[in-house]
Order: sequence, then C-alpha cells, then structure tokens
Amino acid sequence: MTPTRADVCAAAIADAFADDGELFASPMGLLPMLGVRLCRLTQNPDLVISDGESLFLASPPPLFAKGDVVEGWIPFRRVFDVVAYGKRHVMMGATQIDRHGNQNISAIGDFARPKRQLLGSRGAPGNTVNNRTSYWVPNHSPRTFVEKVDVVSGVGPQRAKAAGRAASRYHDIHRIVTNLAVLDVRGPGDTLRLLSAHPGVTLDQVREASGCDLHVDGDGAIPQSRLPTAEELVLINEMLDPKGLRFKEVPE
Amino acid sequence: MTKGPRDKRMSIDEVVATLEDGITLGIGGWGPRRKPMALVRAILRSDLKELTLVSWGGADVGLLVRAGKVKKLVYAFVSLDSVPLEPNFQRGRQEGTIPEVVELDEGMFQTGLLAASQRLPFLPMRAGLGSDVLVNNPWLKTVTSPYDDGQELVAVPALELDVALVHLNRADRHGNATYLGPDPYFDDLFCMAAERAYVSCEQIVDTAGLTVDAPVQRLLIHRMMVDGVVETPNGAHFTTCTPDYERDERFQRAYVAAASGSDDEWAAFEERFLSGDETSYQAAVTQFAEESR
Repeated sequence: MTPTRADVCAAAIADAFADDGELFASPMGLLPMLGVRLCRLTQNPDLVISDGESLFLASPPPLFAKGDVVEGWIPFRRVFDVVAYGKRHVMMGATQIDRHGNQNISAIGDFARPKRQLLGSRGAPGNTVNNRTSYWVPNHSPRTFVEKVDVVSGVGPQRAKAAGRAASRYHDIHRIVTNLAVLDVRGPGDTLRLLSAHPGVTLDQVREASGCDLHVDGDGAIPQSRLPTAEELVLINEMLDPKGLRFKEVPE
Repeated sequence: MTKGPRDKRMSIDEVVATLEDGITLGIGGWGPRRKPMALVRAILRSDLKELTLVSWGGADVGLLVRAGKVKKLVYAFVSLDSVPLEPNFQRGRQEGTIPEVVELDEGMFQTGLLAASQRLPFLPMRAGLGSDVLVNNPWLKTVTSPYDDGQELVAVPALELDVALVHLNRADRHGNATYLGPDPYFDDLFCMAAERAYVSCEQIVDTAGLTVDAPVQRLLIHRMMVDGVVETPNGAHFTTCTPDYERDERFQRAYVAAASGSDDEWAAFEERFLSGDETSYQAAVTQFAEESR
C-alpha cells in the first residue's frame, strides 16, 4: 500500500495525541477524527474517544459509524466540565492562524461589520486557556497562515502570557498539522515553528504557502514528516476509512 | 375533592401573545438540535420587534434575524452542523442588519446562564482571557481572586432572560418534561435563568406516562421552572428531536438554498412555508417531503 498525503496527515495527527495519556481527545473535523482513532488503536490505547455527539466509546468505530460499546456519557454540559477540569486535548480547525499562534474561526475583516461571517468563536477562547489545543488546517495557504488574525478566537502563547497567570497556567498549544507540514508555536518569542514537511513538499513550498514567517530550527533544513507504518495503513484503509472519506478533505 | 397542580397548557399563539417588544428571549436546544421552532415560527408571524436573542444558535437565529426581529444577538456560534455556516445569520452580519452583537465563548454562555439561574451577578471563569471576546465586548470585566493566588479571571455576567423557550420530547400538563435524546443541552438552565419559561413538546402525556418508558433522570424540567406548556408535534422541525425524528436534511438544504439565493427565492420560501400558521407549515412540509421522494 502506498501512503497518500491524507495518510501522512492522519499519522501526524495521531502523533500529536501519542503522549497524552488518559484524557479526552476531541477532534473537530474528519481528518482529526481519523488521526485520533488511529492513535487510540496504536500509540495511545488509554486515549478517551467519543462519537462526537454525547457518548464515550470503548473502541473506535470506522468514521461516521456507530460504536458498539459505550463507556460513558459526554453531553455538551459535561464537555464544558472537562474543558475546565483540563483532561482534554482538542484539535480544532482554523480559518486563520497567525505567526503568534492565534486562531480565528469568528469572522474575516472588521468584527463590527465582517466581510465574511464565520461560525463564531465557539469554544476556542475557553479551550486554549484550559486544555491542550492543536489545530488542523486542510488548506495551508497565505490566506490561512497570516501575520495577524482578524479576530482572536483561540489564544496564542504570547497573548496568554500577557493576560496573566490564569490564562497562561494551563495554556498549551501543542501542534498544528496541515496538508503540507507539521508545526508548533515554539519558535523565538512564541512564534510558529516548522517541524517537518510532508513527503513531496519542499521547505520553499511551505514558505510560499504561508503569509507569515515560519521559524526553522538549526541549519534551516527540515525533516520529512514520517510515513505511516504498515500497521497504520491497514487500520486506515481496512478499518477506519475503507470508503476513502479522507480524500474529500485531502485529495490525492 | 382533592386539588392538583395547575394545568398550564396553552396554544402556540397564547404563548406568543405573552411576549412583548424589546424583551430578552432565550432559546434552548443547541445549533440545529431540538429547537422550539414552532414557537420561533409563531414569533416570525407576530408583530414582535427589537428582541434581544440569547441562543447557541441555529436556524432559530437565522430566521429571526432575516425577519428583522433582532435588535441584539448574544451567541457563541450560529451553525446548522451539516451546513457549517447559517446563511441568514451570515448575511445579517455582513449586511449590518443586526444592530448589536455579543459573541461569547460557548462555555461562557453556560456560565452566564448558571449565574442567572443562581441569581448571581456573575461567575468567574478562565474562558475569554487573552481572546478578542474581551476586546469586542469591552464592557466584560475581570475579577481578581480575593484569596492568596490573586488570579485575574473573567467575571462572566449573568445572562438574565425575560423569557425562555425550550422544546422537549414529552411533558405533562403541569410543565414537567423529559428529553429522550442523547443530550439535555441546557434547557433547564434556560428555564431557570428566565422570569418566565415556556415548554413546547412533541406530546403531552399524563404525569405517570413521563416515566413509563424513560428513567427518572430524563426528567430535566420540573414544573416549578415552567409557566406554560404547548403540544407542538414535529415542532422542532427542521432541527433534530431524537428519537422522535432526526434533522430534516433535505428541508434544511432547501432552506439554505433559499436563504443564500436572491430576495425572490427567499420570498418564495417564506410564501410557501412561513406565511401561514403552524398547521399550514406542517402541511407544506409534508407536501415538500412527498414531492422530493
């Protein structure tokens, strides 16, 4: 089986949850759900997963299938409890992410009269100051990676520190996985740092697809994102996503 | 003769007749899930105006905004789930037809309702710190812990409601009500945060009937929180009301197409579905389902 770009993304998302231990993994969107379930089946069997609605599932079903064994109840009110409790790692989407790791899902343009109204800030402000937060960006482009977001929904590390101890104490932006690369926010001055580029993607291509500077450690070369293992490919292709739904989000 | 608790059954129009211009209205459910849509539709038909709307929003927000009923909107998101962006809300924001908006974090929303339900002026929380929620709502204040930690937290103000509208699966005539689906959402909090609360439901049953096929833990709403009960079969349409019915995705797509289309296309949708009373709405929905079969 030849790994596709979507498979590489799923493995990179799985890696983001690998050292989480026993906490609630909350993936928003298709690839994050796939990556989290892959992680639960391989690197982190203690991970707590849900059906994305109101049930904790004892084992990961294929994408959009029902789980057979339920191990808990997680309606929205209890999601908020867990956010504040802290044993949660959410991977959200992002319409914009800026150099300082702030995320926007609220509106494009001036908030008072937006050019384009998006979802609203949802749980991003609370997530980012309460529990580990990662982002998934299926369309890495100069419009998604920007110098400054139009609205700060998810809080980046610099702003969290500026807001005081209550905001920074549990603040933990962990990983940003895109269709081109893997990043975090541990560049100089809490800025975006490129960790790896996916196979077939050059550093220049990632830079061209970004509207802001990306820090690279060391001599300026970046490693390639790892290929999924043979076991992971079997799990993705034969169990979790036999219909290839992931290719809708990351085309081959 | 023995006396029992009072009978709070009302009609849809009787509920809407109790509402006044300018009130703060909380709408239960979540996004496109278990929304009191029959009551929302009745508000669309009324002369009510200048409402302050408090909602984890779905088409309830979109419809009321499009109808020009909303003076102020308090929300954390407005979404139809399978269609992420609510077209009427989006249009209202982009055209500037919602005079005032308050965008909160979705957890702050719960905390605000909790504060109101406990008759507190605010409750502290971390959510909001460092984000533009505090920038775009400069009236939101922080509070410093009086204990040794001295942390600065957001003082989430009570979301006090004049009226709450919620939709449950079953209720009795006194206002006790059960949800039979996967999630209670926050309907109890909406009722307790409000001066008056009205419950619409799929079916009114005897009190004993509420626990015949549902565990007592599903009795989310108690009559002491409730001022009126309305039976509105299919009254959450086109949102979910699991297990009675799921979201009507086909209808939702038609709604989205009309709302995203020209003024004429929206006018045609309004004429077909929203110009008459609830009975004619349901008849039009039945006909729509038959046509598209």
